[in-house]
Formats: sequence, structure tokens, C-alpha cells
Amino acid sequence: MKYLDEYRDPAAARRTLAAIRALVTRPWTVMEVCGGQTHAILKYGLDQLLPSEVTLLHGPGCPVCVTPAAKIDRAIALASRPEVILCSFGDMLRVPGSAIDLLSAKAAGGDVRVVYSPLDALDLARRERGREVVFFAVGFETTAPGNAMAAYLARRDGVANFSLLVSHVLVPPALEAILSSDGCRVRGFLAAGHVCAVTGAAGYLPVARRYRVPIVITGFEPLDLLMGLHMCLSQLEQGRAEVENQYARVVREEGNPAAQALLHEVFEVVDREWRGIGVIPSSGLGLRRPYEELDAERRFGLEELASPGEPASCQSGLVLQGRLKPSECGAFGKECTPDHPLGATMVSSEGACAAYYLHRPPSPDAR
Amino acid sequence: MSDFSASCPAPIARHERVTLAHGGGGRLMHELLSGVFLAAFESPLADRDHDAAVFALGRGPGRVAFTTDSYVVRPLFFPGGDIGTLAVNGTVNDLAMAGARPRFLSAGFIVEEGLEIATLERIARSMQEAAAAAGVAIVTGDTKVVERGRGDGVYVNTAGVGTVEHNLRIAPASVRPGDAVVVSGDLGRHGMAVMAAREGLGFESAIHSDCAPLAEPVLALLEAGLEVHCLRDLTRGGLASALNEIAKASGSGIAIQQQALKVDGGVRAACEMLGLDPFYVANEGRFALFLPESQAGRAVEVLSRFQVTAGAAVAGRVVPTDPGRVVVFGLLGVARLLPMQSGEQLPRIC
Repeated sequence: MKYLDEYRDPAAARRTLAAIRALVTRPWTVMEVCGGQTHAILKYGLDQLLPSEVTLLHGPGCPVCVTPAAKIDRAIALASRPEVILCSFGDMLRVPGSAIDLLSAKAAGGDVRVVYSPLDALDLARRERGREVVFFAVGFETTAPGNAMAAYLARRDGVANFSLLVSHVLVPPALEAILSSDGCRVRGFLAAGHVCAVTGAAGYLPVARRYRVPIVITGFEPLDLLMGLHMCLSQLEQGRAEVENQYARVVREEGNPAAQALLHEVFEVVDREWRGIGVIPSSGLGLRRPYEELDAERRFGLEELASPGEPASCQSGLVLQGRLKPSECGAFGKECTPDHPLGATMVSSEGACAAYYLHRPPSPDAR
Repeated sequence: MSDFSASCPAPIARHERVTLAHGGGGRLMHELLSGVFLAAFESPLADRDHDAAVFALGRGPGRVAFTTDSYVVRPLFFPGGDIGTLAVNGTVNDLAMAGARPRFLSAGFIVEEGLEIATLERIARSMQEAAAAAGVAIVTGDTKVVERGRGDGVYVNTAGVGTVEHNLRIAPASVRPGDAVVVSGDLGRHGMAVMAAREGLGFESAIHSDCAPLAEPVLALLEAGLEVHCLRDLTRGGLASALNEIAKASGSGIAIQQQALKVDGGVRAACEMLGLDPFYVANEGRFALFLPESQAGRAVEVLSRFQVTAGAAVAGRVVPTDPGRVVVFGLLGVARLLPMQSGEQLPRIC
């Protein structure tokens, strides 16, 4: 398959690994931002193939993991209303809110439907005029343009029974929050390629300059990750802190201007709560004034809905900030498994704990 | 960021109600089976973790295999098959996985009010064609009609009886270190064909289900005198779930080579797009065969004579290490566990 097989080529991966080994002279800690990258690293065992000087920390780039439990509670409250069809991306369904998850809400009678695109939810609203269709709009800059398009079309075409439960987040403010936290060990970032395909590189320049960290926009295949690491480690060894682009086959310097214009039309930057981390200023997107009528929280009066809050029984906040490796958590694989998760990072298909659980190495005597 | 709290919600430790994840063929389903059904049923037969029950009826030495399965696929028709072909081949294959010669099937229909008769006729024709192709007869049946909204068009249940004409104990308990694992073809076609049809995912070329009867090649393996230790079709939960079930039931480890497993280009592209792992996607015409490593070459040679198993290849071996677990050696040679999946696979956000 074009653009996949070349980037999974074992011989090329071995050559790049050798180049990394020849390059590093001292210990470096690099964070890959996106959960998809974390899963590829664990799935292909890149962490086991890298020289011992290189430590990878796993970043907050899992849209499902950082969606606050209070938002999931609101989605569940909406799904429980008989007039509402709640549409969501699939991997949101197993993530627990304060008490239950959307899959359980569905089992209890809620009309919860998995869609592959927000435009499918909009089509459903056009077909089911007698029902209220709510789309659970979560994710980073990657999913935001599609959700913005659904909002734009709904308003343009007057689809009055369509609304959005919005919990969008932005990457650069999260990187700044991580870099400014006490005891931060991160010296360089592999930024998420798909996010940058929308935003371009510009948003990362101030972060790289202010905190003197190299940021390499990186893809998701094993060779992408090794090449991105090689670029990042080269900068670190040479004392540079620039924004570079490994994923040039997808990401243009300026990003996708049409998508950016649409985002600007529909959304504005707002403070946003991140699950397990807390409120990060100016770190999310909310619907702009003319689109407020599409805000499900307003339409259904959920702004005052109280959530019990999150009991401190899981350390996923530390995992999401790269301050704790999943395998270092005492509950990992014991009280906490994908069947009975303590937190979102264990159930999401992009969660770091799920990556460690799904792709864990066999016992040493099996080698 | 020192004022941020690192917290998360309490776990959902025990489900009060059945969720769709309980039907996915993963660990949650096994919890349901062992916690509810096996706990309640007093069965005298030992091999509870097998696709079919094998036992003697009457005083003679002859044994029969008996199995049942229900089919709830949506849409009813998909590229490569329909609920009728599925209901016949699925039960035929469960019998074949016991090394039995499938003979007779029952067919039960739960039909939703409003279903077009022409649809039922089409399904019945498919079932007859599939039965003829598999050499079985549909000899008894039942029909119920439920109110509109209480069914999904039609649900089909089939039960099947076959004759056991070998003296082997084809079961997970016979699997032992030194066995080869042969996988009968490429993976993931059925699950992706149904998902693409159900969700209206327009791929450039349609993915066709691999739905097919497997009894003929299996009986050929037995007729060739091969010492078959275990057979398992790779249905719900795919290759990963089947191998995990066998590893667990046999108490041995299974080590497979990723590069020995084939996935068609179209299936791979669809899986990549949706974030699904083809090792966990359902098949309806593929199985894993366990037999002594020295006989693996001959087994592949026998299987290659049949169209449905033409892609058979040795994919791994049974090992004494890592008992009860499946280890996969990936493209870069690094070993990792291939766990049983939790519930069903859900397409990811991005």
C-alpha cells in the first residue's frame, strides 16, 4: 500500500536505528504528542530497539482521554432524553463518565449511535426531523474542521434539530502547560502530523523559541517515528531548537488554509478543562456567537448540570503529562484493565495505558 | 501546572446490564459465558470450550458432533453472502472444527412484522444453495413473527449434526508444544465486508466476505491421515481471539510471525482508515489448524488443493513458554503479546 509499506520497511527502519545510535552522545528525553504515535511505538517495539540513552515519554494527544468526565455525563444525560439521538465517534463509547459510560447508557435505553463523520450525524438530523440529533464533538485540531463543517452546513441549511456537544482541545497550549510544569523532563517533541496538516507549523514556533525545545512534525508509521526522532535528536545534539517537518508528504508549512478559515468561522478559542489535568487557559474551541444556537449544552439547559467530580483513584493525569509511564502505575494490569478500566487512558484506542496493555512484551523467558 | 489535580473516575467494575461489548467475542463475552451460562448448566461433556459437542448416541462406537449458532447480521445482504449463507456455513464450519462430516441442519427464523416475503424467499434460496454446496440437508425448522420494531428484519438460528469418522480428540486439550499453527488464508474479509456494507463506506472496490464451507478441506486433512490436534474457525473476534482461546484452554503458548499472515490490500486499507486491527476482525471461511510440526508441510499441501484454503500457510508454533498467551513477532522482529480483545472493536476518532 503506497505511503504505508515504504514506512514499515524493516531494512530502512534498521538503517535509521543505526543512524540514531551513531548520533546520540548523552541521555535525551523526547515526548511524542499523539496517542496514535504512542500505539505505533509500542506495537512495533520501537522503545525496545532504541539506544538506552533515548527515553520516550507519551503525550496528551488522545482526544478521548482528555475529554472531561463532566462532558461525558452530559452526553449520557442527553442520550437519556427520549427525543435525542446522541451520535458519537466509536471509541468514546467505552470511556467512563463519573458513573457509567455511553455504552451502558445505550444498554439502558438511550439512543446512542456510532458515526464515522459528523456529516453522517447531520444527514441523520435531516432524515429524522422529529428527533433532536446531537453530535459529541471532541478531539484536537484534526477533527475540528469536520465538526465545523457540520455546524456550518446545519446553520446554512437551517437544520433546526441538529446540535453539537463541544469539547474541542488544542495542542500548543497543552505543550506549554507540560513544559512549564515542575520537574518537566521533556527536551524535545514529536508533534502530531495530522494535527499539523490542519494548523501548519506556525503555532509551534513560539513554543520552540520560548522553551528552547526542538519540535519535529512527525507521522505515524514506524519509519516516520524513527526519522522524526533522528531529526529531533540531531537538533538536541547540535543545540538547535527549531520546528522541522518530517511528515512533508502530508503536512504543508502553512497547513490547510481552507480548514483554518472554516475553524475561524465557526469556533473561537476558549478556556477548556482537560480530563485528569484541569483547566488550561485558551486551550480549547467553543462555538462562536452566530453558532451558539447549535450548542447542545445551551439548547438543553445542561450548563448547570452538576457532576459528582472525579475521585482520585487513577493517575491518568500524570500519564497524560508524561510524568508517569503506564507500566509504573501500581494499578496497571491489575485493578486496571481494558475490561474494567480505572481511567480513560486504559480504554481509548489512543490511550497510553491501553497501548502498554495491548502491546506489552511477553515474559522474558519467552524470547 | 502544580495546581492541576491528577484524577480520574471510579471504575465500572461490574456491568449491571448486558452491553453490546458483551457480544464482541472478547473477554467480556467470556465473562458472561462462564459467569452466567456455564455456571448454571450442568453439562457432562468435558470440552466446553469447543465449537461443537462430540458424544456417542446409543451403544455403538460411532460419535456425533452437535452445535448451534444464531445469526443477527445487519445488513441482511452483503458482498459475498447474506444471512442465509452465513447461517448454513457458520454451523457447517462449527461441525467441521470438530472434524465431523456435517449431515443435517435445523433452521429457526424470528421474523419482524413487515419484512418482505421476497426477502425471505431470497434468504431461503441462499440457504438451500449453501446447504447443497456443503453436502448437508436442512431437515427441520421453526418460524416466529415478532412485532415491528422488535427484530432486525430476520434473525436465523441453525443447529447442526454431523458424524465423527475419526478417532482423534480434536480439541484445545490436545494442543501441545511442538505443534505448528497453520492459518488457512487471508484475514479480515467478512468483518470488513459487513462493516462497509452496513455503514455505507464507499471503498473503491467492494470487499467480499470470505463466507464459505470448510468441511471438505478439513475432511481431506483427516483422510490424509494427518494427526490433527485442534481446529478453530476464526469468526467473531478474529484470529487473535481464536488463538487466545486455544492458548488458554491448552495451557500452552502460541508464537506467530506477523509476516506469515496475509491481509488483502482492500481489507488492509479499510482497517487502516478505521483504526481496526485485522487480527481481531471476523472471518467466516478461515480456520487455524494445530498439528505436529513435522506434518505441517503436508497439511499445507492438502489445503492448497481447495480454493477456500488455497492461501494456507504455517503462521507459527506452539511453545512451552508463556502458557496461555499468544506472542506475535512483528515486522521489526520485536515480540509482543496479542491479547484477547475486551469487547468489540470500535472505530477510532482520528
